[in-house]
Amino acid sequence: MTDLDLTVGPNPFFWDAATVRSFYQSLATAPVARVVIGELVCSKRLPFWQDEIAGAVETLLAAGKSVAITSLALVTLKRERKATAALSDIGLPVEVNDLTALHSLPAGQPFWVGPLINVYNEGTLRWLAKRGATRICLPPELPLDSIAVLARLGRELGVAVEVWGHGRLPLAISGRCYHARLHDHAKDSCQFVCGLDPDGRDVETLDGQKFLAVNGVQTLSQSTASMAWQVEALSDAGVTSLRLSPQSGDFAAICTSYADRIAGRITAMELASYLVGQVPGGQLSDGFVKGPFGAHWSAAPASQAMRPGL
Amino acid sequence: MELVCPAGTPAALRAAVEAGAHTVYCGFADETNARNFPGLNFDRAEMAEGIAFAHARRAKVLIAINTFPHAGAEPLWHRAIDDAAKCGADAVILADIGLLAYAAERHPDLRRHLSVQAAAANADVINFYAETFGVRRVVLPRVLTVDEIAAINREIDVETEVFVFGGLCVMAEGRCSLSSYATGKSPNMNGVCSPASHVSYAEEPGGLTARLGGYTIHRTAKDQPAPYPTLCKGCFVSGDQTGHVFEDPASLNATQLIPALARAGVTALKIEGRQRSRAYVAEVVRSFRATVEAFDAGRPMPEGALAKLSEGQAATTGAYAKTWR
Amino acid sequence: MTEKPLPHLPRILALAAKPLPLTPLTVMLTLLTRQLMQRHPGLQRRLGDHAQRRFLLDLTDMPFLLVLEPGGARPRVTAHSRRRLPRHDVRITGLTAAFLGMVHGSLDGDALFFSRDLVVEGDTGAAVALRNAIDDAELDLSAELAIIAKPLAPLLAHLLPATERITGLALHRMDRPEGAAL
Repeated sequence: MTDLDLTVGPNPFFWDAATVRSFYQSLATAPVARVVIGELVCSKRLPFWQDEIAGAVETLLAAGKSVAITSLALVTLKRERKATAALSDIGLPVEVNDLTALHSLPAGQPFWVGPLINVYNEGTLRWLAKRGATRICLPPELPLDSIAVLARLGRELGVAVEVWGHGRLPLAISGRCYHARLHDHAKDSCQFVCGLDPDGRDVETLDGQKFLAVNGVQTLSQSTASMAWQVEALSDAGVTSLRLSPQSGDFAAICTSYADRIAGRITAMELASYLVGQVPGGQLSDGFVKGPFGAHWSAAPASQAMRPGL
Repeated sequence: MELVCPAGTPAALRAAVEAGAHTVYCGFADETNARNFPGLNFDRAEMAEGIAFAHARRAKVLIAINTFPHAGAEPLWHRAIDDAAKCGADAVILADIGLLAYAAERHPDLRRHLSVQAAAANADVINFYAETFGVRRVVLPRVLTVDEIAAINREIDVETEVFVFGGLCVMAEGRCSLSSYATGKSPNMNGVCSPASHVSYAEEPGGLTARLGGYTIHRTAKDQPAPYPTLCKGCFVSGDQTGHVFEDPASLNATQLIPALARAGVTALKIEGRQRSRAYVAEVVRSFRATVEAFDAGRPMPEGALAKLSEGQAATTGAYAKTWR
Repeated sequence: MTEKPLPHLPRILALAAKPLPLTPLTVMLTLLTRQLMQRHPGLQRRLGDHAQRRFLLDLTDMPFLLVLEPGGARPRVTAHSRRRLPRHDVRITGLTAAFLGMVHGSLDGDALFFSRDLVVEGDTGAAVALRNAIDDAELDLSAELAIIAKPLAPLLAHLLPATERITGLALHRMDRPEGAAL
């Protein structure tokens, strides 16, 4: 098996233009193979930072990275449909995160599939490959056994299979804006309060258990998923890439730490203890891949066919 | 308008048909359907009998096969589609692309409905499903306003079905893994959300505390209604705010919107609740049948007396009103 | 379904039940349960593995507690004194009227639960399975009792409706759609 490489996913958060600019500049020298850029979560945010996209793409391409542009996660409005249809004209591969994007994608034009598309099984993977998918980031909820089956099929079909490697997990998307709701605003007059929380706004249980984070219309895990302990298991399963999802702080350094882990320069334990100090809230998880539930942190490598019931 | 009613058991199917359901939807007793609850659903013989019972009374039966097959275990889902065709189902309700492709190829004459679990929320994606997989009806996700539904219907050639009563998902359906984050069991993979197997209740000084997978979902004082601990309807803390961050524990009741939904071009009205008893099904179906008939005849619609059946005993029109967002 | 509050068992009846020795009650209820499980194989099938659980039925207006063990070749119900909580996997608490209403298809378990007329503690999954199994079985306890007590059937036919009138409890199936099995 070849070593995993790294993909940086689209930034799910609402950052100001200057932050976005320096973020993508810092990625130019980070050890990542590719970057997905664009607005994933809320179309209302885009006008505030879309002028940064062209420059960022240019910088990243010049640095030798592949770049794709993401679709929105949930397309409902007319202008969102138009923007989605226009993605295929940009000249970058489109990362489909809502199947709406397929409606306007010319047959034969290769595309990527993001983690918000339900690719749970061989039939779906086969269909997407036939339609032109060349790279698929699997939904984060999949256990290792499913990942292994799909990665094997991906190799057969020439589709790169990627897995959520680092970042607060995208657990749900809604028509309702929870950030606005927490501030007693309607969605249409949200005053862009999601911009106040660069990593989402934490949600705890009544007993103070760290649980979720809201990010506009998106709900994230409060824990940061990390495949620190699962690099070998995923590589053995035939996975080609890890997806690192942007967060605040020194993200380029986080990318470097994963590259070091993959290259064997640091151990799983070293990476995990480094990450605890870097991720918002200091909590890690890898339970979707290893079981028994998403929020669980194993601090141990997973093995296939260990999970009952599959 | 067509009334599409839930049945978790053969007894509920008969109760729904007797109470005036035009159409009943149900599922097989395994992970192929999104209400895979203990003691619920149909084996093959029960399904065939249920369909015969309904057809003899000119009601239709739709079979929901609306979870996402596990990698390496697709035959279970494929058999469900094959058996639905064999049983004489009037349609299958599907969400997974792979299954849609399978059904379109193997059973081209079996009518295909797109499940709400596919969360097809605009005309482009609906047209994609219609053109690619021959889908004839789309169950719309519960994130759209009535105006948006009307706009969608102007741009598509397939039927639309919308939820009018029962439990309410606040997230785009089929795109939510909150449940598996806390319990390891999800609607997409296991057909369960916030499963009973992971629920615990404890009488504590602050009141009755409901937990899901160990996470506290809500705590209710004595004599307060005790909603089921569905994750997205829990009471949480964020900063200085404590409350229902995602949704109040209310259930959907769009009875009064039926005229507007009809004007918006909706073909069928769907009632949620395959997990509910035959008593519930009969009462809700009877009430909605009377409402739909009154509407069709141009009579004023009867005030629904369905509040007591609702979760937390409060009702909402959900996303159909724009203010919900 | 009605909006009016669930009837409490009249005190006089509860008192009448009190001196009832628990053993005969156990024998009678076990007899009834075995007949139910035998005549309605769907119960066992829908319960699945949950049939192995011990269900504590706490009918709050009764002077005793019941433990239902539906699994295995010898299903049984045992009556227990309230002085000591018997061993159980799940406890379901509510008025007799709530239990009978669910059994007889006049009340919805979820609605009772939301209004806290029914409280579940312990293995919630088992309680859900039991509720669904019973709901599908379309039971009629009056008819079942009449079968057990065949010689007494004519007497019961008079006695049960009168008892229903006095107590307000649903002692027979309240819904009977055409085509439903008895």
